[in-house]
Amino acid sequence: MSIPKISLNGVTKSFGTKRVLRGIDLDVARGESMVVIGGSGTGKSVLLKCILGLVRPDAGSIRIDDEETVDLNERGHSRVMRKFGMLFQGGALFDSLRVWENVAFGPIQSDGMKPAEAREIAIAKLGNVGLAPEIGDLYPSELSGGMQKRVALARAIAREPEIIFFDEPTTGLDPIMADVINDLIVKCVSDLGATAVSITHDMASARKIGHRIAMLHEGRLIWQGPVGEIDRSGNAYVDQFIHGRAEGPIRMQVRKG
Amino acid sequence: MNVPLVTQLGRITLAFLEAIGAVSAFALQAIRNALQPPWYRQQILRQVMEIGYYSLPVVGLTAIFTGMVLALQSYTGFARFSAESAIPNVVVVSLTRELGPVLAALMVAGRVGAAMAAEIGTMRVTEQIDALVTLSTNPFKYLVVPRLIAGVVTLPILVLVADIIGVLGGFVVGVYKLDFNDAAYLRNTLDFLEFQDVFSGLVKAAVFGFLISLMGCYHGYTSRGGAQGVGQATTNAVVSASALILTFNYFITEAFFSIR
Repeated sequence: MSIPKISLNGVTKSFGTKRVLRGIDLDVARGESMVVIGGSGTGKSVLLKCILGLVRPDAGSIRIDDEETVDLNERGHSRVMRKFGMLFQGGALFDSLRVWENVAFGPIQSDGMKPAEAREIAIAKLGNVGLAPEIGDLYPSELSGGMQKRVALARAIAREPEIIFFDEPTTGLDPIMADVINDLIVKCVSDLGATAVSITHDMASARKIGHRIAMLHEGRLIWQGPVGEIDRSGNAYVDQFIHGRAEGPIRMQVRKG
Repeated sequence: MNVPLVTQLGRITLAFLEAIGAVSAFALQAIRNALQPPWYRQQILRQVMEIGYYSLPVVGLTAIFTGMVLALQSYTGFARFSAESAIPNVVVVSLTRELGPVLAALMVAGRVGAAMAAEIGTMRVTEQIDALVTLSTNPFKYLVVPRLIAGVVTLPILVLVADIIGVLGGFVVGVYKLDFNDAAYLRNTLDFLEFQDVFSGLVKAAVFGFLISLMGCYHGYTSRGGAQGVGQATTNAVVSASALILTFNYFITEAFFSIR
């Protein structure tokens, strides 16, 4: 078996007395699209942020291309980040910069590309996500939610990353726009031959963009398998989640933390 | 009854010390980042414009009225023992040593410190700071360092302008209201002015500029929890910067007092 692109081993993270991740083991193969599902507040975002090094796990190992990344120094972390693209839930576009400057931010600021050349790339990437070149001169606040998501996607793929993370890519979009974004994600990931990890609670999206699905519940991955097997997982928690039933073994935590 | 009070006192003390530690660690990290490349020149220039150029009207307004009021008030006092001729000197020394740097810094803290905390705080809660990291850009270098550099460099210039405008305000009141001879007023102003008067004011300004940017960045960077958190960060940035300016003002003054 080849070395997994991303490999997590016994990752734990607590905030104060709240244990968010209680020992995560997860392998994602090269070129695979892994979708992590789970209810709100089950630690999905924290999991992504741990892999990205934005949150430091309390224990455990996170290996990218067989390189331990948990205790990397700043330079090493920045080098590993070069492999990543991330689509944030709210887009997280820089609102003081124009759309094309947002997309070209990585190439210009981090890779030292000339602005004129980076602009060409930015326009091409905007084309990849179905946006006209004129959009590039607007500011993010002038765009609709769906367009902002597309721009954020263009920014995430601008440096042609080896690994792309999607944080709730369809949340807050209407069903049609959500499907458009799903299609774009599938297309971008396969064009780049990238490894993808998405977190979502939108099952339609999970089925469409994922090769494999893992379910996070109370800080543990309680089930993982190919997307085709999710309907016969034999796991009561998974069944309750994918069918969206209020009754079942999962007790919704109404109050936060 | 006594125990809860002591407990509370202990808690407050601990929280206070913790805050000092967190701010110091933040400042050290910022300084460490400021000493190594890359430097984002465009960001520094943008902040210099924001802190310096756009603050000119409000600082100028503060300075001119302060200078005018100083001349008028010191006349009231000095006329009682016929020392009116000391007024030009009193005006310029108070302005360059004390009121120029302190008032300019307080105005800039309200204007710029608040804006910094709001901008960086919003970037924090909308994950824009996390996005910077995923684009291999160090947020300290991109956001914090340019503001600190711009604060330290720009505030002394701003204070120098404020000094000049303030003296002009005093001059106008002196000549047109208190019937000073214009040439004599200017001569009195310049003859007794010492290098250290201006220099100590500029040192203060540089320190205040650092404090304003540090508080704006620190509170913005560490803000949590949406719009309310950003609002809280903005308030904290202005209040803590103002308190620090007044505190450091005394200690810098004392340091210069003992070396003269």
